[in-house]
Amino acid sequence: MYPRQFEYVAATSLDEAVSALAGAEFAKVMSGGMSLIPMMKLRLLSPDVVVDIGRIPGLDQITDAGDYVSIGALVRHAQTASAQNLPRALVDAASWTGDVQVRNRGTTCGAVAHADIAADQPAAILALGATMVARGPNGTREIPADDFFVDTMTSALQPDEILTEIRIPKVGGATAYDKLGRRGGHTDYAVAGAAAWVQKDNGTVTNCRVALTGVGTKPTLAHGVAEALIGTDGSEQAVKEAAERATEGVTVLEDLYGSEEYKAHLAKVYTRRALTQALAQL
Amino acid sequence: MTTTTSVLGGAVRRREDPALVQGRGRYVDDIKLPGMLHAAFVRSPYARARITSIDASAALAMEGVHAVYTADDVRHLGPLLAQVPVGKLRPLLADGMVNHAGEAVAMVVAESRYLAQDAVDAVVVDYEPLEAVVDLRDAASDRIKVHDDLDSNVIITWEAGPFGNEEAMAETKRKIAEAKQRDDTVVVSLDMVNQRLIPTAIEPRAVLANWMPGYERFEVYSSTQVPHALAGAIAKTFGLASNAVRVVAPEVGGGFGAKLNVYADEILVSFASKALGRPVKYTETRRESPHNTIQGRGWLGTATIVGTRDGEVLGYEIHAICDMGAYSQNFTAAIPFLGVFVGSGQYKFPTHMKLDLVHTNTMTTDAYRGAGRPEAIYYLERILDEYAAAIGMDPAEVRRKNYIPADQFPGAMAPVGFALDTGDYEKNLDAALRFFGWEDLKAERDRARAEGRYVGLGLSSYVEVCGFGPSALVDLGFSWSEYGLPSAFNGSGLVRVNPDGTATVIIGTGPSGQGHQTTWAQIVSRELGIPEDRIRVTHGDTAESPMGIGTFGSRSAAVDGAATYEAAQKVREKAARIAAHLLEAAEEDIRFENGGIHVAGSPDKSLTWEDLAKTAYQPHLLPEGLGGGLEAHSVFSPSNATWPFGTHIAMVEVDPETGDVDILRYMAMDDCGNVINPMIVNGQIHGGIAQGVGQALFEDAIYDSDGNLLTGSLVDYPLPTAADLPNFELRRTVTPSDANPLGVKGIGEAGTIASAQTIVNAVVDALRPLGVRHIDMPLRPKRVWQAIQDAQSGRNG
Repeated sequence: MYPRQFEYVAATSLDEAVSALAGAEFAKVMSGGMSLIPMMKLRLLSPDVVVDIGRIPGLDQITDAGDYVSIGALVRHAQTASAQNLPRALVDAASWTGDVQVRNRGTTCGAVAHADIAADQPAAILALGATMVARGPNGTREIPADDFFVDTMTSALQPDEILTEIRIPKVGGATAYDKLGRRGGHTDYAVAGAAAWVQKDNGTVTNCRVALTGVGTKPTLAHGVAEALIGTDGSEQAVKEAAERATEGVTVLEDLYGSEEYKAHLAKVYTRRALTQALAQL
Repeated sequence: MTTTTSVLGGAVRRREDPALVQGRGRYVDDIKLPGMLHAAFVRSPYARARITSIDASAALAMEGVHAVYTADDVRHLGPLLAQVPVGKLRPLLADGMVNHAGEAVAMVVAESRYLAQDAVDAVVVDYEPLEAVVDLRDAASDRIKVHDDLDSNVIITWEAGPFGNEEAMAETKRKIAEAKQRDDTVVVSLDMVNQRLIPTAIEPRAVLANWMPGYERFEVYSSTQVPHALAGAIAKTFGLASNAVRVVAPEVGGGFGAKLNVYADEILVSFASKALGRPVKYTETRRESPHNTIQGRGWLGTATIVGTRDGEVLGYEIHAICDMGAYSQNFTAAIPFLGVFVGSGQYKFPTHMKLDLVHTNTMTTDAYRGAGRPEAIYYLERILDEYAAAIGMDPAEVRRKNYIPADQFPGAMAPVGFALDTGDYEKNLDAALRFFGWEDLKAERDRARAEGRYVGLGLSSYVEVCGFGPSALVDLGFSWSEYGLPSAFNGSGLVRVNPDGTATVIIGTGPSGQGHQTTWAQIVSRELGIPEDRIRVTHGDTAESPMGIGTFGSRSAAVDGAATYEAAQKVREKAARIAAHLLEAAEEDIRFENGGIHVAGSPDKSLTWEDLAKTAYQPHLLPEGLGGGLEAHSVFSPSNATWPFGTHIAMVEVDPETGDVDILRYMAMDDCGNVINPMIVNGQIHGGIAQGVGQALFEDAIYDSDGNLLTGSLVDYPLPTAADLPNFELRRTVTPSDANPLGVKGIGEAGTIASAQTIVNAVVDALRPLGVRHIDMPLRPKRVWQAIQDAQSGRNG
């Protein structure tokens, strides 16, 4: 648990952070450090430079920007978990992330950028159709959530980019996130979990996005579920049938916490539960 | 109601806590000595391999690296000493072969811990990997021998029923076989795993050794439960007098038996310090800990019960293979034997136990909270539930029907061949059933079932052996004398009244959170009447404390506590003589009350402890021949171990769709004899249950077939936290022990011994309507779900 030598840059502005990243052979951005530091201590990751963005002012707020709510790069899980203006799926996902200490230190943007296959908030971000804002040497670009999660612990961020903000669109409808934690209930990383967003108009489901976590190589949209549910009345039967398609096109992976069969089963169960909880709010 | 909250003392708050909860506690890693160097270890990535070469030149060339030691440098110091030298002893550093993943191959000593770790990466070791032995049946078959120089992987077989009497054992086996043949009996059998666990103290082990050139002695700081044993082992290894080694155990952040070993790294840093003339520290990392500090449990066995249809058990058999890991360390081969002590539990039925202890290419196992007893009680109490289900009888009644009756106590003989101290099992069971409302609980479960919920009730009785202990019981032909200590597990305590009337109590225990400073002050205060806040209790420094065996096996209160009690009585006797002299009264009229000394019937004739103590240190003022000073040391040997017992009940609910288990209620009726501090006893039970629940639901040291530990980090080895546990509902019956003058029995491990099968019994009960008979621990959701699938498709055995 002793990292190799590295250079540490405590950036005071995003420009400084971006240029520190650009100048290094292998640099990592640190916000809360809840994932980065353990990986460095285990020598699984040995960056030459750690760029700490923790002292950059103005990144620690959840702000209402009209069409969307903005989550700054330094917003802690605990802030997300107690936000009044964020969708329930994300609030619950943040409140079931880690433990009290981790939630007070780790950041929502950090967890999303880390793209752990069993993390909670990436699934919510994906279901909510959020937009990621990345800052790099060439300025700022927006990345839709659908394109953000590339593979296991790999996002669309370039090595010289910083995830500065997540924009959660204010599109209405209702959301929910539910999961089975490794220690049962909602505790610990997700064995499997699903985040759902649904909209209904005149008794008909008009929009739906469901994202899974824990079951595959990355947080994944369950397109088949949305396809099956849109246009239905969102009844118990319709939800049940739609949830059966949760793993369509998803590579389900076995791990210490479940066989392929079990995880595929859980994906369906939690898809159904998340959809049911979301629809119950409409 | 036979319950009580306190007999000997009150729920005094732990005096240890203010420093600890403020983060001011001083642990080994907090200690920094001038000139201190840091050790780190090169560890094997293979479970079984031949070492073909070690090249440390690149590491040695790094500035600030002082030494890289291999087996060649330390072979002369011999293998690591063990109390129970059965099987293969561990070389201090791997010598030619590595036998488990993570085994230490070389030790680097450098100016900083970071540099030491970098140098570890620079040491090049070539290995020739060999097929590893991991599976217990495979190990027992001797298909591959872990150690070429042993005859077999099976290092010893413990057989009992009763232990040590071949003729009587043959009779037991005959009775059981006969019962199985009868037409009117039911035979129930289950193959069960009691999985390996990683003890995981929050403070990993740490040791700082300082050889003091010129003074020619060692000062060693270690996170250990056994400071005197460590001092003895170092003295023996380096050919020193025992008083040339001072071992200090400062705050110890949890031990659970894992810090009861003397470890190779403790010897190695001592060696390095002596060789380099500098203090050397090693603190194991969390990641190293499961490869470097002993693990626990690891039984694969079959339990079989035969009984009548009305609940009379006619025989019980347990045959198991027990995983010792690659090497025998301190008590390794004795741990399953602790299960033999309690193999027949609280019951009178003929019991036959056969335990084959095998080496495998995994980390060594040894004492982990409960140590052999949770394993043995697990098999017994699981199969009793299956028997109860098979004959359709209330599991509580099956137990009642087979208990050793109260009139056999004290000294009842358990079928495995050991005499129990005191017990009244039926009283305890009745108290549990009445207080927690067993009939109501069953009705509640049945109502939930009718609603389609999967709610289950689990019950387990248990008896524990602890408080070691009488030499007759612990002397199995091995001894502590390996470490230069007496072979009996005696306790000791020294009580000193200081000239200002305060008292200092020095004990030979090595607590790691048990609250000895608080409890021992209560014991002494009760005898002398000196207020608890004027009594200081110290421990863990071999330079000042009397010889003590250490803190393990739930022994401290029953043995060292009793010794301290006796020492306090000696002090009181002398104080009474001095007081009688000063107050011109008869000795028998002297009373120690309200913080002072009085003459019975003459309230005006009194002394303060300060008056008395000052006089005590001036021999010319004392009765002739009495001698100055006011202190006493006592060494206590109990007449028996103590055998606490109890009944635990859990109510759980299972989500059949996911396999998720929710503990709705957890209830415990324990009997640990007299209670000194009920709050501390409750705390011990809380922690014990938590660790038992951890085994039941979460924890599993999983090795793959190549011997890689797959769950070596806390990410993959989930520990129970407060958030995962229900409120514990605790009550007690009180059946004082007759093995020590305090009447106390150990309570440190009882919760662990009682709880795992209580949870499993409850989960199986919840799923019985679905056809589930057994699920091996840990009952992670995937296993519970799979068991349901298998039962539904007729695959469950």
